[in-house]
Amino acid sequence: MIRVENLHKSFTLHNQGGAVIPVMAGASFSVAPGECVALIGSSGAGKSTLMRMIWGNYLAASGHILVGDTDVAAAEPREILVLRRATLGYVSQFLRVVPRVPTIDVVAEPLRVLGVPAELARARAADLLTRLRIPERLWALSPTTFSGGEQQRVNIARGFAHAYPAMLLDEPTASLDAANRETVLGLIEEAKARGAAIVGIFHDEAARARVADREIDVAAFTPRPA
Amino acid sequence: MNDYTFAYLDEQTKRMIRRAILKGVAIPGYQVPFASREMPMPYGWGTGGVQVTAACLTPEDVLKVIDQGADDTTNAVSIRKFFQRTAGVAVTEATVEASLIQTRHRIPEAPLTEAQILVYQVPIPEPLRFLEPREVETRRMHALEDYGLMHVKLYEDIARHGEIATAYAYPVKVEGRYVMDPSPIPKFDNPKLSDSPALQLFGAGREQRIYALPPYTRVVSLDFDDHPFVASKADHACDLCGAGDTYLDEVIIDDAGGRMFVCSDTDHCGSRRRAGHVGRLGVPGKEVA
Amino acid sequence: MMMATGSAAPLFSVRGLTKRYGARIGCADVGFDLFPGEVMGIVGESGSGKSTLLNCLAGHLVPDAGKVIFDTRTDGPRDTLTMSEPERRMLARTDWAFVHQNPRDGLRMGVSAGGNVGERLMAVGARNYGAIRATALDWLGRVEIAADRIDDRPSGFSGGMQQRLQIARNLVTGPRLVFMDEPTGGLDVSVQARLLDLLRGLVREMGLSAIIVTHDLAVVRLLADRLMVMKGGHVVEQGLTDQVLDDPQHAYTQLLVSSVLQV
Repeated sequence: MIRVENLHKSFTLHNQGGAVIPVMAGASFSVAPGECVALIGSSGAGKSTLMRMIWGNYLAASGHILVGDTDVAAAEPREILVLRRATLGYVSQFLRVVPRVPTIDVVAEPLRVLGVPAELARARAADLLTRLRIPERLWALSPTTFSGGEQQRVNIARGFAHAYPAMLLDEPTASLDAANRETVLGLIEEAKARGAAIVGIFHDEAARARVADREIDVAAFTPRPA
Repeated sequence: MNDYTFAYLDEQTKRMIRRAILKGVAIPGYQVPFASREMPMPYGWGTGGVQVTAACLTPEDVLKVIDQGADDTTNAVSIRKFFQRTAGVAVTEATVEASLIQTRHRIPEAPLTEAQILVYQVPIPEPLRFLEPREVETRRMHALEDYGLMHVKLYEDIARHGEIATAYAYPVKVEGRYVMDPSPIPKFDNPKLSDSPALQLFGAGREQRIYALPPYTRVVSLDFDDHPFVASKADHACDLCGAGDTYLDEVIIDDAGGRMFVCSDTDHCGSRRRAGHVGRLGVPGKEVA
Repeated sequence: MMMATGSAAPLFSVRGLTKRYGARIGCADVGFDLFPGEVMGIVGESGSGKSTLLNCLAGHLVPDAGKVIFDTRTDGPRDTLTMSEPERRMLARTDWAFVHQNPRDGLRMGVSAGGNVGERLMAVGARNYGAIRATALDWLGRVEIAADRIDDRPSGFSGGMQQRLQIARNLVTGPRLVFMDEPTGGLDVSVQARLLDLLRGLVREMGLSAIIVTHDLAVVRLLADRLMVMKGGHVVEQGLTDQVLDDPQHAYTQLLVSSVLQV
């Protein structure tokens, strides 16, 4: 479902004397449907960079990133948007929303853009918010006013609203209490069971051990000094 | 005759104005710019109409001048005297006898004929002016038939007053093409604009525009399907001649709120009374004989 | 609900668009395709040519070279630059819309809110007062203006309300392409948020394509699918909005992004 082939990436800092910082070389791996792969490596090794490249947020220098039939490394913006809408989900560490939009609609939005009727989308959103223990009295408020932990759970609910065939999870269990952590791991297991291919970053080793089928050490993709 | 060129204006100026008139006739409803001259009367007193009249007059013409339908008001009298003096033409108050009628704010009640020219004095020729102040833009709107704005004006009327409250200078569409301001005639007169046997010419002196309706031009008053145009008038008969189908002026007659309604067209009213018609307050027509 | 993007044919194709002001460049050799349902942001600092470009695209300025091809409902793709003026005007009041930064430029301040919304309908031949008013009421509701303000003039409205009225006035004929020039400029931050939310909803519900010129990177982050970065009249970078903002390739874009506090 997800296949990364010989991926390279470097950053050119034009405003700092044109410094070129190579950050990734020859990254290759694949993830099958129903499989969860954990990216490991020390901080700064390029886990988040790799994930962002799969998401299309960082531009690849060369190589291929196939998600389904789409090569993210070569796709037009609109192809990536279609991919993100229907195929590829991403739970980042930060919630970014339009202020003023009620939480329930923030969570339902991924379904709404796919054409799911409002009631159905809201019902699914309500279900997820309930499971993640966001009190119902908060649903009509914008999550911008919420605590960090609440925002994180809203973000997870939004990420799991649609049953994406491929998912990227960046620290999904960070800063969650035991009960909510359990809920999130349950959501990941459900996604695997329905056949989703998942790439995750988990600093929580117990969580990683429980949901990940394989580990990939991104240190192997770190460019050697020339 | 005297020290004036015939009809005051020099021949070159009259040629220039006639060209503008011919162009206006060729493009009914289109406002033709012309080099308006200073006239020996203030703007607002009919300088546009006077120039059009001067350019059309021939020594054989019989001239009638009305102001709001009346032959005996200051404006009408002044203009009539002006042409008596500068052109020496015959004048009349009878609509049927006139070959050229200059008017301010009315169309005579008596039907016009192919032998007559009706010249309107126009203060503001641009029907879009109050909605779009830029002349360049209004001219472009005319050129492109971009007339949505005209209905916005009527919409605003209905929204504010429950009906189209525009009672005079009611906009019309000419031959399905140009939207035209018929000058401040009451909307009661609008139907008479259409299919008239007479040539109708419009002159705006200050604004330097001439436009025209050739005989038998189709003129439609703008409206909405659910708020159709109505040529309304005061719901009375003339108190002097008894006519029920004419445009009426309301006249306050005492300090106790007494009032009477009389035909605004004095010639029409007078001829009816001479023919024996008598209204509520009328006296059989000796005094107008 | 419309399914945005993914359609095969572009709605709007621009090729080699160039506008000079004497020796100075307004915009040079700009080209892109915009697909149905796509929202594209154009960013750049003042004088970068983004407003010149927008005005050339919308037919307010005549470019010196290039093609601006719009997929018309009746005749398929047509170069709007070679259309006759009446055709272009018709397009401008049916399938296109233009939202000005200053609502006073896009509204008739002496005409009631209802008249402002109804104008485009009347311009394309609507002649039933009751129907026009009903549509105007519906649209005032969609942009969150109370029904009892329908007969008030916009001069008495707040800046945010005026801007929402301008949006209603533009979208009432169901356009397919909307040009926006700094639509949230000059508004309070809280009012901006409400407007952005409204625009996002309308874009999604109506399946609108839009081109938004702004210098506010937060606005494009929230509204635009794609981003075009301009400098000195040239497009220096374009791509997916979050990619351009998070992994800018061009020196100018890097400077632009790093100059902004946390977007």
